[in-house]
Amino acid sequence: MPKLFDLALTVNGTRFEQAVEPRTLLSDFLRHDLGLTGTHVACEHGVCGACTVLLDGEPVRSCLVLAVQAHGHSVTTVEGLGSIEQLHPVQEAFRQAHGVQCGFCTPGILTTVVAFLDDNPDPSEEEIREALSGNLCRCTGYQHIVDAVQLAAKNTKTAHQQPAR
Amino acid sequence: MKPAPFDYCAPTTVEQALALLTEHGDEAKVLAGGQSLVPMMNFRLVQPSVLVDLNPIPDLAYIEPDENGGLRLGAMTRHHQVEVDPMVAERMPLLHEAMPKIAYPQIRSRGTIGGSISHADPSAELAAVSVALNGRFRLRSPKGERWVPAQDFFIGLFTTILQPDELLVEVALPPLPARTGGTLMEVARRSHDFALVGVAAVVSLDGKGACRQTRMVFLSAGDRPMEAHRAADVLAGQIPTPEAIRAAAEIAASDDIDPSSDIHATAEFRRHLAKVLARRALEQACRRAAEMK
Amino acid sequence: MTKTLIGKRVLRNEDPRLLTGQAQFVDDVEIPGLLHAAFLRSDHAHARLLGMDVSTARQRPGVVAVFTAEDMGDDWQPGPPLVSPPPTAKDVLFYSRRQVPLVKDKIRHAGEAMAVVIAESRYIAEDAVEDIVVDLEPLEAVVDLEKALQPGSPLVHDDLESNLAAHLYQKKGDYEAARRQADLVLQRRIVIDRGAAAAMENRGIVAEWDEKSKHLTVWDTTQAPIPIRNGLAARLGLSENQVRVIAPFIGGGFGPKMMMFYAEEMLIPWVAMKLKRPIKWIEDRRENFYATTQERGQIHDVEIALSRDGHILGLKDVFLHDTGAYDPYGLTIPLNTQCHAMGGYDVKNFSSEVSVVFTNKTLVTPVRGAGRPQGIFLIERLLDAAAKELGIDPVEIRRRNLIPPDAFPYEHGIIDQAFAPLILDSGNYWPVMQKALEMIGYEKFVREEQPRYRKEGRYVGIGITPFIESTGVGPYEGARVTVEASGRIYVATGVGTQGQGHFTSFAQVVAEQLGVAVSDVRIVSGDTAEFHWGTGTFASRGAVVAGNAIHAAASIVRRKVLELASKELQTPLDELELEGGMARVADIPDKSISLGELASLANPLRGAVEPGTEPGLEATAYYGPRYGATAFGAHAMILEIDPETMMIEIKRYVTVEDCGTVLNPLILEGQIHGGVSLGIGNAYYEKLHFDENGQLLNASFADYLIPSATEMPRIEVGHMETRSPLNELGTKGVGEAGTIPVPALFSQAVENALADRELEILESPLSPNRLFELWSRKEAR
Repeated sequence: MPKLFDLALTVNGTRFEQAVEPRTLLSDFLRHDLGLTGTHVACEHGVCGACTVLLDGEPVRSCLVLAVQAHGHSVTTVEGLGSIEQLHPVQEAFRQAHGVQCGFCTPGILTTVVAFLDDNPDPSEEEIREALSGNLCRCTGYQHIVDAVQLAAKNTKTAHQQPAR
Repeated sequence: MKPAPFDYCAPTTVEQALALLTEHGDEAKVLAGGQSLVPMMNFRLVQPSVLVDLNPIPDLAYIEPDENGGLRLGAMTRHHQVEVDPMVAERMPLLHEAMPKIAYPQIRSRGTIGGSISHADPSAELAAVSVALNGRFRLRSPKGERWVPAQDFFIGLFTTILQPDELLVEVALPPLPARTGGTLMEVARRSHDFALVGVAAVVSLDGKGACRQTRMVFLSAGDRPMEAHRAADVLAGQIPTPEAIRAAAEIAASDDIDPSSDIHATAEFRRHLAKVLARRALEQACRRAAEMK
Repeated sequence: MTKTLIGKRVLRNEDPRLLTGQAQFVDDVEIPGLLHAAFLRSDHAHARLLGMDVSTARQRPGVVAVFTAEDMGDDWQPGPPLVSPPPTAKDVLFYSRRQVPLVKDKIRHAGEAMAVVIAESRYIAEDAVEDIVVDLEPLEAVVDLEKALQPGSPLVHDDLESNLAAHLYQKKGDYEAARRQADLVLQRRIVIDRGAAAAMENRGIVAEWDEKSKHLTVWDTTQAPIPIRNGLAARLGLSENQVRVIAPFIGGGFGPKMMMFYAEEMLIPWVAMKLKRPIKWIEDRRENFYATTQERGQIHDVEIALSRDGHILGLKDVFLHDTGAYDPYGLTIPLNTQCHAMGGYDVKNFSSEVSVVFTNKTLVTPVRGAGRPQGIFLIERLLDAAAKELGIDPVEIRRRNLIPPDAFPYEHGIIDQAFAPLILDSGNYWPVMQKALEMIGYEKFVREEQPRYRKEGRYVGIGITPFIESTGVGPYEGARVTVEASGRIYVATGVGTQGQGHFTSFAQVVAEQLGVAVSDVRIVSGDTAEFHWGTGTFASRGAVVAGNAIHAAASIVRRKVLELASKELQTPLDELELEGGMARVADIPDKSISLGELASLANPLRGAVEPGTEPGLEATAYYGPRYGATAFGAHAMILEIDPETMMIEIKRYVTVEDCGTVLNPLILEGQIHGGVSLGIGNAYYEKLHFDENGQLLNASFADYLIPSATEMPRIEVGHMETRSPLNELGTKGVGEAGTIPVPALFSQAVENALADRELEILESPLSPNRLFELWSRKEAR
C-alpha cells in the first residue's frame, strides 16, 4: 500500500482536504479527484500548456506539479475564472474574437492570458505571441487567439477609463 | 504517462534535506522546480524510490546584492523572479537577457536556477551564462560547505561534481568589470525550444579598446557548457576588428566545441551555426563593452 | 428569400461551454466503478512474438485483469476495412491487411498493442504493464520504401509475396504521344516525409456494458460514431440498437480520429462486456505518436511535357505511397494525390501509377490534406522548374494553364477517392489568383522591393501557389429538424464535431429557413441514439453534405410551418413570413402565431387528424452529392531567410479561397488559419524521424515541432465565391484548404529568396539543417 499524504489546498476559493498518493499529478487530482475537468491533459511532459493552471496566481503546468506540492497553496483553474452565466472578460473576448475552435487547449490559454494581462495590461502583438509561446493549438493558427487577447486588453483599458459613477 | 511510485519527503530545512539524501543515496532524487525531472518521471525514464522536495524549505529563494556589486541568488529562486528583478537587469544584463530564452513562461514560473544548473543539460542557458559570468556555486553537504567555480562544476552530460549527499544552495555572480559587455545568442527551431547552438559571450575592453578578457561559452555544442579558450586566446590583447573577431569565431567553431548530431541538426551544421553566432555575439559584446564606462 | 444569416459572422453557440471548462470530452466521463486501461506496446518495429508472461502483472494489487490475444479466443479478429479499393478502376491490385486488436504472432510496427492491463487507476495499470515479460525474436525492419519493394526484403506480411500492398494505374489521354510532341520534357524525383495530425486531445474510449438492459454505451473520440456503432454491433454479436456511440466534444480530429477500427476501439468495448465493468482508456501523448495514424510519406518520379510557350501537354507520375503496417483505408490517399497532381490546370494527357507499400511503421490514414498536398507539391514544383527552363514568368505559366471558367464542369476522366469520375464542378480560377497577387503586392515586390532587399544583402523571396481541393464527397449525410413546443428548434445529425463550429454553422442554416435566432437552434451531433444514419466528418464534407441535409430538412419543416400557419391564420401561404420565431403576415402584427404554438397544434392530444398527415413539425432529410465539389484557392507568401543560419521568417501570408457559398466567415477564417498552421508545420517544422530499425526518434512534443504562436504569421484571408451547382446551398468544403499548397509555396519562396544560389527544392519538409545541406552541396560543386 503506498503511503498517502494528507493534502489540504484551496482550489477556486474552496478548501479541499484529501489523502492522496504522492505521485498523483496535480492535473489528475484536479480532474478526477475534484471533478474539475476543465483543465485538460494533452502531453504530460510540459510542452503543450493545455494543463496550465494558476498556482498562487502564477501560471504553471499542472502535469509537472505533484498534487502534494500544492499543499497549503491556492490553485485557480478555468472553472474559477467565470461561469456560463457570467464569463470572465477574457473569456468574453475569446468568444467575440472566435478564439476557440475545438476548445481543448483553451482552458490552459485562458489561465495563461489572465495572468499575463495582470502583469502586462497593454501588450504589443509580439509580446502576446511570446506569452502564448508555451501554449500549443492545432486548430486556430493562433490568430484569433491573439485578437482575443488584444480585445481583452482593450476592453479592460476602456473599463478602467470609464469615469466612476 | 504516469510516474512510478515513490516515497515523498518534504523537509523544511536544508539539514533535513541533506540527511535524507545521505540516508537514501542513489535511490533519492531532489525535486526543485520539477520542470526537467517530472517529465522524465512521467515518461518513466527515471524512477527514483525517494523524492526529496526542496520547495517547502524557506530562505532558499532570494536575490541579494553582495558588497562588491555582484549578486547572490538562492538556488530555489524561480526563473521568473530572476527575469523580472530590476537589480539583475542593472548589475547582470547578460543574465537578464538570458532569462526569457529559457523555455516558456509557465516553465519559468516554476523552474529554479539551482534546479537548472544542477540538472546540467548542455543546452541550458543558465549553465553557459554562469560560466561566462565567472560565477561560483556554493554547495552544502553534511560535512560542510564548499565553493566551486562554475567552469569546474559541469563535468559531463547531465553530470556535475555534486556528490549524492550534496546540494547546490547559492549562485554567486561577481560584479562586472568596467567596460564589459555581454550577450547571449541562440538559434532554435521554435523560439523557445532547446537551442540548436547558443553562445554566451562576455568581453572586457581595456583603455585602448583591446580585449582585456574574453569569455565565450557555448551551449548545445558538447556534453557540457563549452568554453572557447583558444578563441579567447586569439583575442587576448587584440583590438576586436572584424577580422580578429572572424578569426576567433573560426577557431571557436573548429577547435573549442564538440557538437553532436541529432534529428534537428548535424554536428557540421552546429559548427557552422557556432561560427556564425560566435562572430555575431562577439561583435555585439564588444559594441556593448565599448558603450560602457 | 434574402440571405439574412448565411454568410454572417455569427458568434458560436458552443463557446460558453468550451470557455468555462463545462464541455464534456471523453476523459471527462466518470462512471461509478470505472476501471482504467493501459497497453503494453511493442518497442520493436518488427519482431516475432514468441511468448508473453502476464502472471506477475495479474497479481499486482489493484489489477483486475490482463488480456492478450490468446485470451480473446475466437473474438480476436482483425478490424474491418474502412474503405475498400475502388471497384470502378481497372488495373487495381489490392491486398487488404487490417490492424489487429492485440498482437498475436508478429509485431508489425513500434507501438503496436500487445497486451492490455485493466486496473483501478491508470497509474497502477502502467505499473503492471512493466511487470509483463515478453519473449520475442527481433526481425529486420522494413522502413525504406524503395528497399521494401526489392527482392529479398523482409516481409511485413509473411503471407504475401512482397511488401506491395496495392497497385493502381490511372490514365487520361495519351501521355506518350504528348511527350513526343513536347518542346520540353522535365523529370524530377520528389520525396515527401511523414507528419502527424497531433490533435491536442489524444484519443480515448469509455465503454459501459449494462448487463441488465444488455446495452453498450461507448464514448469515443471518433469523427465517425455511426460506422463505429455499426461495426461494434457486428463484431460483438449485438443488434445495432443495443449499441450507442457518443462522440462528445472532441479536441481536434484532423483525420486520424476517423480511422476505424483502432485496436483500442475493438478491444475496450469487448473488455467492458467481458468484465461487466465500465472501462476507460485514454491515450497519452507518447502513445499518440505510435498508435494514432500518420500520413504524407511518398516518393514520386514525375515527368512533365510542355510546349515552348509553357502549355502542359502531359504529366506522368510513378510513385510509391507508404501505408505503414496495414492498409484499412484503401486507396483514398493515393487517389487524392492522383486527382490533385494536375492541380487546377487543363491537362489533357495524364498517366499515374502508384505502388502502395507496407512498412514496419505506424498506419497511414488521411491527415488534414489527405494526399492532396503531395499532388499539388509535384505539379507546382514542375511548373516552377519549367518556368525557369523556358524563361517564362512563374505566374504567367500558371495563368496559361489554369482551367478557364467556361470549361466547367471539367471532366478529368480519372476516378477520385469516392470512386466517381473526377469532375471539377465549377470555378473561376484566374481571378482568385489575381486577387492573391494583388493582396500580397506581387508586382511591387518583384519590381521594387526585392531588388532593394538584394542590394542590402537581404534574402527575401516571394511565392504564389494556386491549388484545387476536392471536397464534399458522398456518400451522404442526414438530419432531422424538429420544432419544439418551446419554439426552439432541435436538430440531430450524424456527423461528429471537432471544433469546426457545427453547432453554429448548422444552426445558421436552420435559422435561415425558420426565422429563429441562431441561439435558439440546438444541434445534437455525434450521438447514434439521436441519429444513426451517416458516415462522419472527414474530407472537408461536414458543411457541404451534412449542411445540405440539414438545409433540406429545414426546408421541409419550413413548408409544414407555413402550411399550418396558413390554416390557423386563414391567410394564403405566400403572404406569410417567418421571422423572430413567429409566422406572420407582413405589416399586420396581430396576424401572427409563434412556432412553438404551431408545434403544439401540430401534435394534438385530442381531436381528429387528417389522414396522411404526420404529427408535429419535423422532417428528416438526406443529401448525397452526385460527386464532390471542388474548391479552389491561392496562397502567397513573402519570407526572409538568414543565409548564414538558414532561419526563416515569414513576413506576409495571404490566402484567397473560393469555396462557394460561405456559411460563417468567422468560422471559415478560423479553418483557414488552422489549416495554414498545419501546412507550415508540414513545410518547415514537422517530420517524423524513423531510424533504420523503424524506431520513431521524436515521439514527443519536445522533438516533434508544431508551430507555436511565435512561429505563425498573421494570415490575410481573401475570399471569392463561385457557387457550386451541386447543392442548394451552393457551398463547397474548406476544412483542408489551408494545408494543401503550403509545402509547395514554401519551396517556391525559399528558392526565390535564394535565387542567386539556384537551389531546387524537391522535398518536404524543409528545415534549416536541410537547407544548409542543400546549400553546402551546391557550393561544393
